[in-house]
Amino acid sequence: MAKNKRIDGRKIDELREMEAKVGVVKRADGSAMFRIGKTKAIASVYGPKALHPTFMRNPQTGILRCNYNMMSFSTGERVRPGPSRRSKEISLVTENSLAPVLDLKEFPNTVVDIFIEMTQADAGTRCAGITAAAMALADAGLIMKDLVSAISVGKVGKEIVVDLDKEEEDFEGGSTDIPIAMTPRDGNITLLQLDGEMSKDELVKAIELGKEACMKIFELQKKALKENYK
Amino acid sequence: MALLINEKTIVVPGEEIAEGMDFLPAKGTYRQNDKIIASQLGLVNVNGRLIRIIPLNGRYIPKAGDTVIGKVVNIGLNGWTIDIGYAYEANLTLKEGTTDFVERGEDYSKYYDFNDIVVAKLLNVNRAKFMDLTTKGPGLRKLRGGRIINVTPSKVPRVIGKQGSMITLVKEATQCRITVGQNGVVWIQGEPDQETKAVEAIRMIDEKAHIEGLTDEMKKFLEGKNGKK
Repeated sequence: MAKNKRIDGRKIDELREMEAKVGVVKRADGSAMFRIGKTKAIASVYGPKALHPTFMRNPQTGILRCNYNMMSFSTGERVRPGPSRRSKEISLVTENSLAPVLDLKEFPNTVVDIFIEMTQADAGTRCAGITAAAMALADAGLIMKDLVSAISVGKVGKEIVVDLDKEEEDFEGGSTDIPIAMTPRDGNITLLQLDGEMSKDELVKAIELGKEACMKIFELQKKALKENYK
Repeated sequence: MALLINEKTIVVPGEEIAEGMDFLPAKGTYRQNDKIIASQLGLVNVNGRLIRIIPLNGRYIPKAGDTVIGKVVNIGLNGWTIDIGYAYEANLTLKEGTTDFVERGEDYSKYYDFNDIVVAKLLNVNRAKFMDLTTKGPGLRKLRGGRIINVTPSKVPRVIGKQGSMITLVKEATQCRITVGQNGVVWIQGEPDQETKAVEAIRMIDEKAHIEGLTDEMKKFLEGKNGKK
């Protein structure tokens, strides 16, 4: 890889082109679309509503339930429809990354459902999903301490870069992928995964880059939410 | 020391509204150190020292004392179960549902049958949001005829207006009987074409609730509608 130039010609801290839109699913209580490069996520929020199975009910507070799904046509190779090991894991980490900001104490025994559908996937899907879901939750009028913005950072060859696309993720010289989700106001990290190898210094540098990128995404989220009410 | 954002602007969760101890956080906001931060998507409202958010969206949160409009979904042994637009249904007991003496084993459907629409008041709401209703009181009754539309519950105050100014405007212009429930359910009854007009008017208030000078716009809209006829 040439110095400071990436496969698609971006700078190391440059994000792919982004687009955010709120209120895309009419029948949902809240919804949002987030696109970054060729990755596109649509999140819809339903609820608070009655929770079944009843043993999951919590009389102190409402709970959050996420469902991440890659549509069968979202990648070059057809994705087998239905839940998989991967989609269950991503549903869980999405739930865990959004739950800390959400306050559902006003809605005991209920559930808020989030459905994240990936219509196009080109790496960084869980981050796009979380970003879209955070906007959808705010659009649904739920009480949140903060929004959540997410981005994947990583190492391609020997370079630390922001927002990997599929080509970089599959780089032959080896690549490491780190999805990060954080609350933009406090800078608290709510999701941090690592797939690959990395030294401590590199990780610290990657997280710093990720935080900067999250702030850019936060600005876009804010803009999209406000534009819906113009 | 001061407001960082003007009143009546839209804020998103996590946005800083004010700095310093001069203001107090109310509904939809919280304090972190010396800053007041929004925790809901909505409009900033400053009332004296209190800062609150008027949400633009969201489900109804039941509160004791609210007048709501609901639908009878079940008839039990002790009364009726009523859907008022919350995740769980509210209870209307026999005692609160009617003043008549009800014989053992009598058919309760002669008071309220399945799918009947009732205006009721929330007597009690506990922490787990178990709700008791009553239909004893002025204006609380079974609704016959007319039509039902839903508005966003947080916009109900706007639909009603200050001292009922907005709803009176619509009522007078359309000669319809209108009842607004705090849960966002609106019942309208009148001449068919006037009913349609009232529905249009209320939908418009719901959509444009965050815009200033809506009462004037509403007046123009209703006059225009009358003028055309």
